[in-house]
Parts: sequence; C-alpha cells; structure tokens
Amino acid sequence: MRPETEGQLADLIRRATAPLSITGGGTRPWPGEGGGTPLDMTALTGVTLYEPESLTLVVRAGTPLETVRQTLAAEGQMLAFEPVGRDGSTIGGVAATNASGPRRVQAGAARDAMIGVRFVDGQGEVIRNGGRVMKNVTGYDLVKLMAGSRGRLGALSEISFRTAPLPPVTATLALPDLDAAAAIPALSDALGGPFDVSGAAWLPGQGALIRLEGLAASVKARAADLGARLAPHGRVRQGDDAAWHLLHENIQDSDADIWRITCRPSEAPAILSHLPEPISLDWGGALIHVRLPAGQIPDLPRFSGHARRIAGAAPALRPAADPLTARLEQDLQARFDPRGIFGGQV
Amino acid sequence: MQMPPPDPSVLSRRQAIIDALNAALPDAVIQDPAETRAYECDALSAYRCAPLAVVLPRSTDEVSRLLRLCHDLRVPVVPRGAGTSLAGGSMPTADAVVIGLSRMTDVLEISAPDRLVRVQAGRTNLSVSGAVEGLGFFYAPDPSSQLACAIGGNIAMNSGGAHCLKYGVTTNNLLGVTLVLMDGSVVELGGPMGEGPGLDLLGVVCGSEGQLGIVTEATLRILPRPAGARPALIGFDKAETAGACVAAIIRAGIIPVAIEFMDSPCIKATEAFAHAGYPDCEALLIVEVEGTPPEIDEQLALIRDIARRFDPVEFRESGSDDESRRIWLGRKSAFGAMGQMGDYICLDGTIPVTALPRVLAGIGELSRQYGLAVANVFHAGDGNMHPLIIYDANAPGDLDRAEDLGADILRLCVEVGGCLTGEHGVGIEKRDLMSVQFDPADLEAQMRVKDAFDPHWLLNAAKVFPLDVSAPRRDRRLNRTADAA
Repeated sequence: MRPETEGQLADLIRRATAPLSITGGGTRPWPGEGGGTPLDMTALTGVTLYEPESLTLVVRAGTPLETVRQTLAAEGQMLAFEPVGRDGSTIGGVAATNASGPRRVQAGAARDAMIGVRFVDGQGEVIRNGGRVMKNVTGYDLVKLMAGSRGRLGALSEISFRTAPLPPVTATLALPDLDAAAAIPALSDALGGPFDVSGAAWLPGQGALIRLEGLAASVKARAADLGARLAPHGRVRQGDDAAWHLLHENIQDSDADIWRITCRPSEAPAILSHLPEPISLDWGGALIHVRLPAGQIPDLPRFSGHARRIAGAAPALRPAADPLTARLEQDLQARFDPRGIFGGQV
Repeated sequence: MQMPPPDPSVLSRRQAIIDALNAALPDAVIQDPAETRAYECDALSAYRCAPLAVVLPRSTDEVSRLLRLCHDLRVPVVPRGAGTSLAGGSMPTADAVVIGLSRMTDVLEISAPDRLVRVQAGRTNLSVSGAVEGLGFFYAPDPSSQLACAIGGNIAMNSGGAHCLKYGVTTNNLLGVTLVLMDGSVVELGGPMGEGPGLDLLGVVCGSEGQLGIVTEATLRILPRPAGARPALIGFDKAETAGACVAAIIRAGIIPVAIEFMDSPCIKATEAFAHAGYPDCEALLIVEVEGTPPEIDEQLALIRDIARRFDPVEFRESGSDDESRRIWLGRKSAFGAMGQMGDYICLDGTIPVTALPRVLAGIGELSRQYGLAVANVFHAGDGNMHPLIIYDANAPGDLDRAEDLGADILRLCVEVGGCLTGEHGVGIEKRDLMSVQFDPADLEAQMRVKDAFDPHWLLNAAKVFPLDVSAPRRDRRLNRTADAA
C-alpha cells in the first residue's frame, strides 16, 4: 500500500482490517517494530508551503529528508534540531521518532521545531493540530503528542516546522585527552557559561567536542573565551567539524545490541562506570550510546532517565513505564486507534 | 459569555462537601463567602463567580488527597496558580472547589551541571530566575506578568513573552512535571531532556489549561545568562515598511532576542504617558540583540544596514544602559498608557509575519466599521499580535461591540493562516471561537485526550471547548453526579 494523497491514506486506514506498519525510509526502527502490513508513506511527498521570512516550512510526511535539507539550504536555512537520518529517511520518520541531533542542547528537539501536524487516526479520520505559526496555544498541543509517537496514535500526513538560519561560521573545540567520564564536567562547564554552545559531545579517539556557531567575529571571540574556561580540564585544540556527522550516523545498523541511555549529565559518570567504552556521548552527556554483547542487560545504578535497546536481533526491550503512565498511554492509544490498526507499532 | 448552570446536586451538598474538605485538610479551606470573593475571577475581571470553596494545599500529597476527595464526591475542581490568566482560565463556577497553589512556592533543587531547577508549581516565574541568578543562569520564558504569575499557570497556558523568538515558550523549557490526576493518582512525566520512555505526555499536558491534572512540581531548563543585551529603535513612516523590515532581518539570518512593534496610536498614547522620546512616526520597531560587546556590535551593524534599505524615519542604537532603558520605557509602559485612554480589551492572535500588512489594514477597516479605536503593540518576530480595543465600560452596549470587534479580528487572524491565541490561552474568552479554527474532528481528537486523563470531566471543564461541543461529555458527568449523590 503506497498512498499518494492524504485522502488515499485515510481511505486505506479506514478500510484496513488488520494491523498496518507505517514505514518511510526506516529512519530509526527498533527491534520488534513493523509487524503489520507495510503502509509505505514515500509517495506522499511535496513541500506545501515555505516562507523563509516567517521561518515556516510545511511538508508532506513522505518527503525525503534530503529534499527538505536542500530546499531549506537554498534559502540559507535549516531545521535547527539537526535531524538525524539515514539514506532514504523521510521527514515523517524524523518527526515520528523525534530524531534530533547534537544541536538539541541549544535549539531543542524535533518536537520543539514542530508547530503543526495533520494525521490520520486509526478510524481513518483526518485530524489537524497546531498550524503554521510558531506561537500558538489554541487548544491542546497534539503536535507534541504525535512527535516521537512512532505511529502509535496515527499516520502523520503533513508536518509544519519552524526553520532557522544556517549559521555562517562553525568552530569545534576538542579536548582530545579526556575519556568519556572525564569529558562530562568539561561539557557541563562549556554549556553552563555564556558561550551559546550548539553541540557538546564525546567520541572515542576524539575526546570531548564542543561546537560554536554564528557570525564570524562572534564565534572567534566565544571560542577564545571558552578555550580559556576549559583549560583546567586539559589540552584544548581545534577539533574536526565533520565529527558531528559521525555522532548518530546509522547507529542502529549493528549486529550487536546498541543501548540508548538518557540521563542527567551529572549521573553519566556513575552510569559509564558500569559500561564498556561508549560509542558516543551527546547532549552534554545526557545521551549515551553503548554497544553490548547480544542479550546482555546492563546493570545500572538508579538514575532519572531511561535505558533502551535500539538495535540487535532480539525484540525491543522497553523500560517498563510506571503503571499509571502505561495506563494513560494505553488509554490514549485505544481512543485514537480503537481497532488496533497501529498495533504493530511498539 | 455563558457558563453552564451549576450542578444542583453539588450545590445541595455544599456543607457536606466543605466538612469533608475541612476534615481532609484542616486550616487550608476558605469557605466564608466574604473570603472566597477574592477568588471569584482572574485577570479577565469582566467575568466573576464565587466558588463553592477554596483550598490552599502545601504539598503534592495534599493536592492528591483533595483531588481524590473531590473525585469521589464528583465535585468540579478549578486549579489556580496566581490567578493572572487573561483568558479566564482560572475563573471558578459556583459548584467548583478552587485548588490554589499559592502556598507551594519552594525551590526543591538547583543543579548547575544539569542546567535545571525543580520548583513547586506555585512559585512565581520571575523568582525562578531569582533563585538561579547567583549561578549565572536564568529561566527563559518571560510572560509580561512574570513578577506575579505562577509556574503552574505558565505550564497550564504554555506561556511565552518578548524573548520567545530566541528562547521558545514554556513547552520548550520544561523538562518534567509532577502531575496529580483528578482521581488523586500522582504521575511523573518527562525526563532529563524532557523526554520520557514513551508518548510525550508532558508535551500535551503543557498548554492543556488545567484540564488534565494539577501540576504540583516542575523541572525547568535554565540557561546561562548572556553577557549583555542592547536594543535599537527604528521608526518608519508606514506600518507596512516596518513589517517588511522585520521580514528582511529574519531573512538575513539574524534571530534577535526580541522584535517589538508599535503602531502610531500606540506610540502617541505612550508618549503622552511615559515621555520616552519616541519619534513621531507611523510605526516603530524595537530590536534587541544579545551577547558580548563585539557580538552585539556585529549584529547591530547588520541590522542597521538592513534598516537603511527601508528608509527609516529614525534609527537609534543604544550606546548605554540609560539609553537602553529609555528605548524600552515606552514599550513597557504601553499597556498602562492605553489604560489612560479608556477601558480596553487586549487580544492575542498570531499571524504569519508575511500577512502583517494585510492584517493591519484589515484591523483598521474593522475599527472604522465598529467605531472603536484599536492600537497595536506586539511581538513582531513571531507574529503574536495584541490589538488593544479601546471602549467605554460605562457606555451601554460598548463592551458587546468591543467583544464583537475582537472576535472579527481573531477570525481575520485565522483566515490568513494564524490562530486565535498565541500566548494567553483559550479559557472562557475564546472558547466559543474554537470552531472557527478547528473542524469537529480536530476538537474531538483533543477531547479524547481529556477523556483519558479526566474521564468524568471534573477539571476546569467549561473552558477551552465550545460549550455545545463539550456538552455531551459534561452531561455524562452530571448524570454520574446524580448517582454519587
């Protein structure tokens, strides 16, 4: 099934009698997802509206992420959350998985840039929420509810984004001698000062990485101030701007199990002490990706976030939500999809 | 503006309900009609109704006990932060118990390494920044009422302010909440990045106008204070030119921390009131940028070059703190100045920035049709307009006419692709206009969320959704009330 219009999408869902599996470019599938009949969204494409001066882009869900990038770049703009995709990713997949890159520490996640959605619920009803203006408190914010919902409540057909100017200049500072745990205080220090940091990460072999973006003189001045501030943590040198692309690229393509852990940065060193060297740290240490032997469940101290296996052969391991949250989620799912059409989604 | 009639089966049990509240929380209940009058309205003071009782709990546990009690007795509840809602979001009904958060003002945790602060929800917005300023941080969302408004109310309304163009609104700065559901159960939503393991329930609770639960604690993202900020004032001989200049600044890739717009009626009123020394012109912009002195210079130089292309009447760049203060003085006095001109209604529609000329012209035309003056002052960068309709509260029929004019202006905002409210919320004020912006299916989808969180529709139920649209659900509750009685 490959609908070309929202009307066709609604019709297909209305007539469906068995679970569907909404797919775009396979942006971030989790183990165990995708059990139903494939509902291929890649024909539902096109930019509906783009007003650079309003910082607004409205685009159909099946549009390739690369097309969106090029459309925006031609006008000197971007999606500020730095969508993390792979070849063939669609913008709908990015929205449905809330796939946000390093700039999340500064500009927020995909859900923060999403200002409107159109989607088809489990009964085949087309629902609109939000719109095309960045400030909007008219009714409930179902846009956030749909962001990252992985198709559990409906099939996104169109999404409005707030866009941002492409920064003219980028500089990366590296502290190459720091291991993952030692990087955390340095990253916190960088994010805790007035430097407008747009990326704070760690990679094996590269050490702590901190990115500054903006106008040329401003970046230069901030880099000098930040370098001085970080000096007590160790040697600071110019880093590789290309490293930012390595952070999340195809992190799910692995035979081993990859775990994604979100935590407070202050909790990260204790968590890291229970793990092998991570694949990467991002968001100032709030996001840890680590590879573990197949089937191994990490034994972690209590912390305020959650750990989840995102790649591997076995079915997904979801952290057990507390019973009340689980009840609310199931209740919402039953109201938006009473027939369980999207039941194939995890 | 109509409210549903109070539930007679609740009114008839008034004393028993108050006794039960007193038994649950002695010394927290206000029942004397002379004292509950203080809670009969919020900042939308045109509409008033004293509640059945007011309770002022001190902790999440106390809120939980109160809600469970009201749930079991099927008594409607109206949550209240500081009562600064401009949309009537915390206006009570005669059959409702107001649960006020004014005693819940503690700072529970500050973490500089995690860049967050955790507070009780009754704490005021400005005092959150106050609690972290010693560490060089601030809390970004800055509603104009920030001195008085409570974080719980900010979350209910997803509040914003002048600096939202750069920093976003409440939802973009909220990492987690402790939420008490109507049945008294307590749930933690969010996580270290504002992200929980499943659906983004935090995202839908923010902005749900106190209808899904009562937020008792909030974890807020805090940001390092910028090194400095400096404004420029730009005057134009046409409002359209000012609008075009805003578009050109954003198009050039500059995101100032604020771009404020004032039209000629607003400038004149402000000058007579505050003597800020603004130029005599049709429209002016205040553009503020942030950073270290060289960064500010770099940005203001670019803005100056752009503004010159629009042949401004005046370009005034602040060179000192005193000049900055004087540039902001008029904008900050604007609402007070309007108050000198008469009574006013302050609207809150949002439009795409590109529609600005059309909407300003349309507002002018409607103003002439209705014979009521309208002044405009707003956040131009994000298209959030606040047309002020001047009327005479003592002239019979004037308020009705002003309300009709306001509704027509909001319809115009929706027509050009905007929305009914950018930061004040729907409340009771714009409740019955919701059908202008949303189809029945859109409203139904939103009400499903309330069904999941508050199946009996006991929390703030006569707000947000047009009364006729929500009636079947509220009636269902009334039938159940009869059972409970």
